[in-house]
Amino acid sequence: MADQARFAELAMPYMDALYSAALRMTRNPADAEDLVQETYLRAYRGYGGFKEGTNLKAWLYKILTNTFINGYRAKKRRPDETELDDQEEFALFRRIGGLEAAAAGRTPESEVLDAMPDAAVKEALEALPDQFRMAVLLADVEGFSYKEIAEIMDVPVGTVMSRLHRGRRQLQARLLDYARERGLVPEAPEPAGQAAG
Amino acid sequence: MDCDKAYVRMYRYLDGEITVWRRWRITRHLDKCPPCAHGYDFEIELREVIATRCRDTVPDDVKRRIAEAIEHAYKEHQAAAQPAEPHQQPPA
Repeated sequence: MADQARFAELAMPYMDALYSAALRMTRNPADAEDLVQETYLRAYRGYGGFKEGTNLKAWLYKILTNTFINGYRAKKRRPDETELDDQEEFALFRRIGGLEAAAAGRTPESEVLDAMPDAAVKEALEALPDQFRMAVLLADVEGFSYKEIAEIMDVPVGTVMSRLHRGRRQLQARLLDYARERGLVPEAPEPAGQAAG
Repeated sequence: MDCDKAYVRMYRYLDGEITVWRRWRITRHLDKCPPCAHGYDFEIELREVIATRCRDTVPDDVKRRIAEAIEHAYKEHQAAAQPAEPHQQPPA
C-alpha cells in the first residue's frame, strides 16, 4: 500500500476543493463528508496505480465523480432538478448589461453580481441538473480544461462543450431569477436587445 | 467576424479552447466593438463570481476523521501483510 505520509502530503491539500465540489454534487453536508472520505480512501488504496508527476488533481476528481455517480446520485433529495428549456443566450447579461442598460439608468452589472450572496450562487449551481452542474463546476470553479473534464466525466469533448454551454446558460437564467426576485433588475419581459452589430 | 459569431464563440474563447486564428479575429472584433467587449467582460466577471463564491472549507473534525481513516487503512494493510509468527515476549 502507498506510503501514507507521501499520500497525505500530496493529496490532503486538495481536500477543501474536493469538499466544495462534493457539496455542490450532493447538496448535503453529511453526504458531502461521506463522499470526500470515501474518495480519499479509494484514492489511498489506488495510489499505487497513480503515476506521480501526472495530474493528481484530475485523478482525485475522477475518483470523486465516479464515487458520486455510483453511490450518491440515486439519492435525489430535491425534486426540482428540472431542465429549463431553451434558455435565452447570456440571459443575465442581456437583462442588465450593455450600453443600452447603462443609458436607461439600470443597476450596473458589477453591482448586481456583487449583491449576490455566496448562498445564492451556490444554490443556482446546485439547482442545475447533475451533468450540467458537474461540467460547470469542473470548468468554472476548478479550472479544468475540456479534455480534462472529458476524462473525469468519461464523455467526449463535444459532450463536455454541450453540457458546459447549456449549464452556463441555465446558471445565468437562475441568477437572473434571483436578481429579479430581489429587485436588483427590472422585471422587463423582453431582453435588453441584441448586441449592436 | 461579426457580433453574432463573436457571441457564439465567446465560451470557447474565454475557456482558451479556440484556434489561434479565431482568437485573433475575435480579439480584433472586441477591440472595435464596445457592446461585445462589454459582454465578454461581464462573462469574465460572472466566472470570477462563480469561482470565488462556491468555495467551502472542510470542517476540522472531518479532516481529522479522514486522516484517521487513512491511517486505519494503512495499519490494517500492514497487519495483514505481516507473516504469522509467535508474539515476541519482552525480556523479563
